[in-house]
Order: sequence, then structure tokens, then C-alpha cells
Amino acid sequence: MIRRTFIALAAGAATLAFVGHAAAQETIKIGASAPKTGPLAAGATVSHWPNIQLWVHDVNERGGLQVGDQQMKIELVEYDDRTSAETAVQNIQRLATVDKVDFIVTPYSTGLNVATAPIIARYGYPHITTSAITDGVEEFAGRWPNSFWMLGTSKELAEGTAAALKKLHDAGEIGNKVALVHVADAFGLELAGAGKPALEAAGFEIVYEASYPLGTQDVAPIISQAKAATPDAFVGFSYPGDTFALTEQAQIQGLDVGAFYVGVGTSFPAFAGRFGAVANGIMGAGGTNPDDEKIKEYRARHKEVTGADADYWASAVTYSGLQVLEQAIEAAGTKDREAVVEAIKTGTFDTVMGEVKFENNVNRNLWTVGQWKDGVFYGVAANGIDGAVEPVKKDGWE
Amino acid sequence: MQIIVTGILLGGTYALIALGLTLQYGVARIMNLANGETFVAACFIAFWLFTAMQINPLVGLLVIAPAAFAINWAIYSILLKPLVDRAKNRGMLEVDSILATFGLLFLLQGLMLLAFGGSYFSYTFLAERFMILGNPFGLNRVVAFGAAVVIAVGLYLFLYRTRHGTAVRAVAVDPNSARLVAIDVAKTAAFAFALGGALTACGGALLSTFYTFNASMGVVFTMKALIIVIMGGVGDIRGAVLAALILGVTETAVASLIDPGLTIAATYALFIIVLLFRPQGMFGRQTS
Repeated sequence: MIRRTFIALAAGAATLAFVGHAAAQETIKIGASAPKTGPLAAGATVSHWPNIQLWVHDVNERGGLQVGDQQMKIELVEYDDRTSAETAVQNIQRLATVDKVDFIVTPYSTGLNVATAPIIARYGYPHITTSAITDGVEEFAGRWPNSFWMLGTSKELAEGTAAALKKLHDAGEIGNKVALVHVADAFGLELAGAGKPALEAAGFEIVYEASYPLGTQDVAPIISQAKAATPDAFVGFSYPGDTFALTEQAQIQGLDVGAFYVGVGTSFPAFAGRFGAVANGIMGAGGTNPDDEKIKEYRARHKEVTGADADYWASAVTYSGLQVLEQAIEAAGTKDREAVVEAIKTGTFDTVMGEVKFENNVNRNLWTVGQWKDGVFYGVAANGIDGAVEPVKKDGWE
Repeated sequence: MQIIVTGILLGGTYALIALGLTLQYGVARIMNLANGETFVAACFIAFWLFTAMQINPLVGLLVIAPAAFAINWAIYSILLKPLVDRAKNRGMLEVDSILATFGLLFLLQGLMLLAFGGSYFSYTFLAERFMILGNPFGLNRVVAFGAAVVIAVGLYLFLYRTRHGTAVRAVAVDPNSARLVAIDVAKTAAFAFALGGALTACGGALLSTFYTFNASMGVVFTMKALIIVIMGGVGDIRGAVLAALILGVTETAVASLIDPGLTIAATYALFIIVLLFRPQGMFGRQTS
């Protein structure tokens, strides 16, 4: 009995070893760690995970990555970091040492990307961030030469907002009084810090300014105080929960402004789903050119493969980041991480967002502001990308 | 004036969050850390009823409340009853129930993630302007406040004017002596726990009409409920309602008159003041 079991086991092990060996020649292992639970899980579920799913699907459907003279299918290893920096670091370590993945997908959010950057750098993986937005990108790119930053800086985003408002002001659509509110965390502070001087430089006067704690959804006092200052434009550097709450309160209290801007979450399909026609004219962070053929095709595929609509900001950037990794691996023709990092540095990549190339590891071609029009979020301000439409005045809340 | 009305409306919201926990903790002596998850689960059910079947969330309460009552009764009798039976004293039960409901928290959260995914959910219901004294307020918040008043008054009448309610209060004060006057303590505690769960679920369903929520948000509500319950005095609904109103008005006043950034600071400052001067809570009894 014991002997028979032993033989069976040995046979099983041999089969496994053989299959394992055969499989190793054909697959390339990619690791992903991002929030599936915790405060940032919601954002990651909209913008991050579906794009990884879509990319793996797309590449494998084509037959895999062309690495040198071999076609390799992608084998994905994914972990939940529970929105915790410690867990995220452990996950990367596990991916590198236990799973021995060939490459990794960027973690999600500014905080988690910065937290994991040192350990990713230690293992030498190319680290193409697509959801980190901070003014530190140049410093970070210098400190970790394997890191690449695709979503730009807070300064660019805030200046884009000021530029879009200035266009409306120059066209005589709105006056020069702005109410500025922001969420009191790193993201909100950086954007408000950059946005205030940018707005003032563009000739705007800040008539109301306030911050509120992370997670606040009871914003009635903020809107009523802003309303009391009779602004011509409202700018809120907000997160999804407060983005929805600020918009609903502005609608209820009838905040009479010609321009209404709220930050993260405005570009989510759920935003238009919730507010319908009221969303018309509302501006927010992000934007795309929905008439662009590549974007159209990408959005359709996203819907088909993942069952959900892509958002109009980080989704396409996330997918583009994965395309950069894909094309760099194929260009380098090897799984050697150093060679792939070099290929990303010097290459030009054809992505759903158009041509991407890095200047000192930073992508400069970005959408900064979008505006809802009949259920579609059109880019109205961008750096280095064509196809922006003119912003229009927000016409009431009914 | 607008500040006071906004504050009272917010207080109503907070009362909805806290009333269920005050029953569960005060009477059934279960420190239910999964309170927030029950709350969010009700948000999801209300969302699902509304978007998939066009059932008005207020009508949905008729389904949600009894279902939550039944489920919480089952949770109490299957999961928590053994802990109650083996606990030698109140402290031991508290520790055990915290650990058990901590596990329940992850179970519920996991189920919600599985069923609905992790993204944000919200829908539009009664997001209309409602004028009070010439100022506009969200009709959904006013409705939620009205419901909070109905629930709080109903609960008060039940606890203080009926025989059954008196038994519940007796168990809250002293479970051992309650047994001496022929009160079925086990059954009363189970009933209080189930009723608390049903109230929490009603709160969730009502809040979902104006909150954007996701499966991971439960802990936010648990924290708020805990602060209110402890401020008000464990097991006393009058205390919980008063604490909720004070918090609502204070937060709104601070946000309007000083700075919205200080609302959380104001909440905790109040909390500390109450703990310093009345550690048993505003309506709480001095424990001997």
C-alpha cells in the first residue's frame, strides 16, 4: 500500500515537473499588487484591475508576447495590498522572491507607488506608474532610475484647471471670482497649493477657500458658505465620495456658477449615471478624446472584456502603461529587466493614448481637464495632446 | 438658522447610524464591530432594489428591516449565544464578542466584495430641493431625518411605555436581577440584538439615498456609531439621540463659522470633554 502510494506520488511529481518545465518555456510571469479591499479599493476597481485583466486578455489572445524568438503567454499573479503600504511592500517582495515573476504591474495610487518604489528599484523591475500624481515625479525619477511616471504632476493638473477657467473668462462667459475647496490630504493640499497661484496668475480672485477632512460627505455647510461668497466658478480638488456629495449639494442649493469643477471621480462613468443631464458642463480631472479611433476601440473592448465602462482618465493611462511594458519587452527581446528599463527610457511607444515617450522618465503628454457633455467626458485641456474641445459654460442645475 | 437646520438634519443621520448599536451594546452586551458592515449591506440591498427593480428605498425598508431582524437573530443565536453562555462576567463577554464580530466584519465585507465588487455606488433618489425657512435642503436628507424621528420616538415609546420594552431595559440595567423577576434574559437579549440590527439596516437604507458608498466603508460608520453611543451613555436611546444632534450641530457650526477642516477635531474634542466629565456618558448610569 505504502509502496503503491509512493509510486503514484513519484509519477505525479514527475508529471508535474515535466508540465512545469514545458510551461516555463512558454510563459512570462507578471505580478500585480493593488488594493482589492480598503479605502482605495473602489478607485482601483474602476481604473486599475479591469485594465490589467484586459491587457492580459489582449496579449494572450494574440498568442503572447514576442520575446526574442519565442512567443510567451502571460501568467498573472495578483495580490491584494489592502490599501496598506506595508502589505504592498511585502507583496512586491513575495512576487520577486517566492513567485519569481519576470515583471510587475505598477501598484495603485500615489502613496502606494511611492511606498513600494524603493523595493521595486532594489529588484530592478521597470516600474511604470499610471496612477501616481505628485510634484515629486522628477525627484523620484532621479532617485529610482527604473521608475517611470505617466500621470504627470499636481502642478500640471492644477494649471490645466486654471487654463480651462481662463478660457471661459476670456470668452466673457464667467467673472473672475472663484471658490476653492480641497480635501485635506496630500493630493488635495498639493493641488490647492499649485492651483491657487495658477488661478491668481490667470487673473482670478479667490473669494472662498476651505479644506475638509478625508472621507467627509456632509458638505452642505461648505456649499452654503461658498454660495454666500457669490463666486463665478467653483473648484473642488476632491476624491470620489466628496466629488459626488459636493455635486449633489451644489445642485440642491442651486449654486449659481458658470463653471463647476470637482476632482477625482468626475471622470467615472458612475458620475454621469448618477447625475444624468445635470452632469452636463461639469468639469473634472482627466479627460480623453472620445472621438479618437484608438480610444473608441479601447473603450469598446474594455466594456466587452471586463463588463464595465472605462473611466475617462486613469483607465486609458493604465492600459497605455501596460502597452509600454509590452512593447519595451518585445523591443528588448529579453526578460532581462535592465535591458527593458533601457528600452523604456529610449523608446517611443504606440499606445491607446497616442505616442508615448519619456523625458527623463516622465511622460509630458497628458489630459488635465475634462467636461461632461451628453454622457461623454470630453477633454478640454491637455499638454502635448491634440483633440481638446473648447470648454463651455455650465448652464444651471435643472 | 441655516446652520442649525443643517446641523439637526446631520444629527438625524448620525442618530440613524448609532441607534442600532446602542441597543446591541447596551442590552445584548455585544460590542458589534460588524455594525458598519450591516449598515453598508443595507445600502447595497437598497441600491439593488432601487436600480434592479425600481423599488423605492422607503418601501424597500419593509423588506430590509424584517430581513435584517431575522438575520441578526440568527447571528445572535448561532454565533454569539455560545459566547454569552460561557462568559463568566461582562468583561469576558465584551472581549469575546469583539473578537467574534471582528471576524464577522471581514466575512460580511468579503461577501459584499464578492457580490458587488469594490467600486463606488450611488443612485439618485429624492435629490430635490426642499425649502425650510427659505433655505434649500436635500429632500432625501429631510426624509431620512423624518424617518430617524419616527424610529427614535417609536423606540422610546416601546422601551418606556410597554411591558416588553421595560423587560428590555431591565436586562440592560442588570441581567442577573432581571432573571429574578421572570424575564427570559436570553430571549430578550436576542430580541434586542435583532432589533438593533434591523435599526442599523434601516439607517443604511436611508443613508444610501444620499451617500456614495463602497464595500470597504463599514468601519467609518462603526467608528461614528461608537463615539455617539459612548457619548450618550451605553444602552440609552435618549442619550444616543442627544449626542447625535449635538455632534451634528457642532460639526455644521464649526464647518460654517470656523473651517470645514476642523469638523473631526471638533467631534473628538467633544468626545474627550464628555469622557472627562461624565465617563459613563451623558445619560449613562454610574457603574458601581
